[in-house]
Amino acid sequence: MTREMTGAKMVVQALKDQGVDTVFGYPGGAVLPIYDEIFLQNDIRHILVRHEQGAVHAAEGYARSTGKPGVVLVTSGPGATNAVTGLTDALLDSIPLVVLTGQVPTFMIGSDAFQEADTVGITRPCTKHNWLVKETDALAATIHEAFHVATAGRPGPVLIDIPKDVQFATGEYNGPKSNSSHYHPRVKGDLEEITELVAAIETAERPVFYTGGGVINSGAAASQLLRELVDATGIPITSTLMGLGCYPASGKNWLGMLGMHGLYEANMAMHDCDLMINIGARFDDRITGRIDAFSPNSVKAHIDIDPSSINKVIRVDIPIVGDVGHVLEDILKVWKSRGRKVNREALAKWQAQIADWRKVNCLAYTNSEKTIKPQYALQRLEELTKGHDRYVTTEVGQHQMWAAQFLGFEDPNRWMTSGGLGTMGYGFPASIGVQMAHPDALVINVAGEASWLMNMQEMGTAAQYRLPVKQFILNNERLGMVRQWQELLHGERYSHSWSESLPDFVKLAEAFGAKGILCSDPADLDDAIIEMIEYDGPVIFDCLVEKHENCFPMIPSGKAHNEMLLGEAETQGVIDSKGSVLV
Amino acid sequence: MSALHIKKGSTSHSAYNLRPNFSDVQERHTIAVLVENEPGVLARVIGLFSGRGYNIESLTVAEVDHTGHLSRITIVTTGTPQVIEQIKAQLGRIIPVHEVHDLTVEGPAVERELAILKVVGDGDKRVEALRLADIFRANVVDSTLGSFIFEITGAPDKIDAFAELMRPLGLAEIARTGVAALLRGE
Ligand SMILES: Cc1ncc(C[n+]2csc(CCOP(=O)(O)OP(=O)(O)O)c2C)c(N)n1
Ligand SMILES: [Mg+2]
Repeated sequence: MTREMTGAKMVVQALKDQGVDTVFGYPGGAVLPIYDEIFLQNDIRHILVRHEQGAVHAAEGYARSTGKPGVVLVTSGPGATNAVTGLTDALLDSIPLVVLTGQVPTFMIGSDAFQEADTVGITRPCTKHNWLVKETDALAATIHEAFHVATAGRPGPVLIDIPKDVQFATGEYNGPKSNSSHYHPRVKGDLEEITELVAAIETAERPVFYTGGGVINSGAAASQLLRELVDATGIPITSTLMGLGCYPASGKNWLGMLGMHGLYEANMAMHDCDLMINIGARFDDRITGRIDAFSPNSVKAHIDIDPSSINKVIRVDIPIVGDVGHVLEDILKVWKSRGRKVNREALAKWQAQIADWRKVNCLAYTNSEKTIKPQYALQRLEELTKGHDRYVTTEVGQHQMWAAQFLGFEDPNRWMTSGGLGTMGYGFPASIGVQMAHPDALVINVAGEASWLMNMQEMGTAAQYRLPVKQFILNNERLGMVRQWQELLHGERYSHSWSESLPDFVKLAEAFGAKGILCSDPADLDDAIIEMIEYDGPVIFDCLVEKHENCFPMIPSGKAHNEMLLGEAETQGVIDSKGSVLV
Repeated sequence: MSALHIKKGSTSHSAYNLRPNFSDVQERHTIAVLVENEPGVLARVIGLFSGRGYNIESLTVAEVDHTGHLSRITIVTTGTPQVIEQIKAQLGRIIPVHEVHDLTVEGPAVERELAILKVVGDGDKRVEALRLADIFRANVVDSTLGSFIFEITGAPDKIDAFAELMRPLGLAEIARTGVAALLRGE
């Protein structure tokens, strides 16, 4: 199907042909022709954000909750530079995005024209790939290739920079089928290595599954296969922050999240296991703690679609390059064909050991009748929203870690948080993107007051599109996570880690035509949360919580998994000078 | 807390010792990368090396297949075996990269570099420079009464050796192309 049309029309046509229903964007001079085409059609909804960073995070929320790529349209110069944080966020968390930026006309490139920026230069290190399209004839093919690259292999953000004259000029449009990409990452794992892993599973005495965002990126089938494998073998499973939901929190083999603020039983299992099966995780420093003390006695297998993830940080014994879903399918096949063996006796002992660790009750905290403890607030939120069709996003800080600890996820794509980059300001726009994709769902952003302020302009977007997103702010009037580190590492010198001059969040909500709820008494909390859930519209829930609560358990930087801190007692001086240079 | 025997205080291990179970021997590798000849592809490769802190000892690039739009980039780099593996894997992730070959591993390979050197001097030094150039099979590509420009091709260490000899004889400037390399045999 070849047709003549303008570049601007091609953009809209290509998006339609790629099945795009929603675009998050913000107009400006260099994208006006495309905005004109958007005006002239009704198939693609355009969501006008209030800041381009918001557009990218919203697209991330859309992508993570649907498994489809998120699409962004912004103008040149400041529009593009405002998108950089979101691109980097999506790159680190492997989120598929297609970002379209306007550019000054080709004949003005390099002249420091108005709103000119070297967008492909700036975004080269923060995209999976990017293109500057200089000819209208090449535009359609580039857009189709962009969708392919964003979603194939390890997903990631891509960017297409489109000069204004390319949008105006006419050229030949070709549909997606014409795409002849040479980029086809391998999805099937090596059968020999898979068999080696199965043999290890059959005899292991203390095996553990260490899963990550790769399971979720691989699609719903991967989570399904994972559940089958875990439940058939009875091997305990933990997950990174990114992988929550790939195995149900109510599942009997679930250990909880691992890592710096992970559960005691999960980290101890990782430390003491004799077989570690990494599925779609990447041995991030938040997970490993001190490398030379990381799970010292285990055989390590690593399943990842990206060969560069393997042996990057931790040397593994059984590397399997492939898509999680495909590899899990083969593991199950091989394991079944060899007689579904596991070392039952040893596994029972291992489970008993884990049950002992569980008794430590590492998430215990001292509740209060006077002030709302953040953990309590999340427990109540969990209790009162559990049965709902629920999606949760978060900002970054203590509240994020508590949310990961206290909320339970039964399914993949229900939990959207900035893991790799740790971007404050992610959660609110992400919740908007999620709600766009799931209009009838209950979408909650668990926020800290400081993070939330970073993209609070998106209240305008939520109000305009009547998106009933619930902003559940655990307001400790502190940059809580920073304060916690200053307490542990910097002699309780709280340099600039409190939130001064906070707005009245209730009035703020009302100023945008939304609902504000203030709650400071634990006795009122349940009713207030129910009021939030039942309100049909955006809500800012200002939950005034204990100001000096610390988030535990915690593996201090530069420490090993079995050197975890469990509670307030004697946290002074636990991080030595070598650890304190780490972040 | 105490019942759990959680160790506190300092540790003898550096938190920065990120790769304890990998060898720390530095190796020199020549890597050939076949890339689509599109704008920015060299910037991607160089950006990868600078962004991830890898070394570049030399880098050459030119189109080698005009109809297929392919360029060949030859990179000489040093690093521990694990870093070399990472470099290859990271290069492989770049979308316009078609092939990555570690010629040091797949070898033996032929490595050649071209250099031109300006040597300024007169009298005995001038005669000696010419004599050495002859031994190294360097050609004179320009001469004035007070200077020569020599052209020399060879493995990088041969060029190093020649430049070293020219230094006391009046070496004024040197330009090197960097290494081009091919696997030997079929
Ligand atoms: C954009 C950005 N700037 C700075 C930081 C560093 N940082 C991490 S957590 C945090 C404090 C977050 O405070 P708040 O949102 O109130 O959450 P709390 O920890 O209090 O729950 C800061 C400043 C960051 N992660 N992102
Ligand atoms: Mg706070």
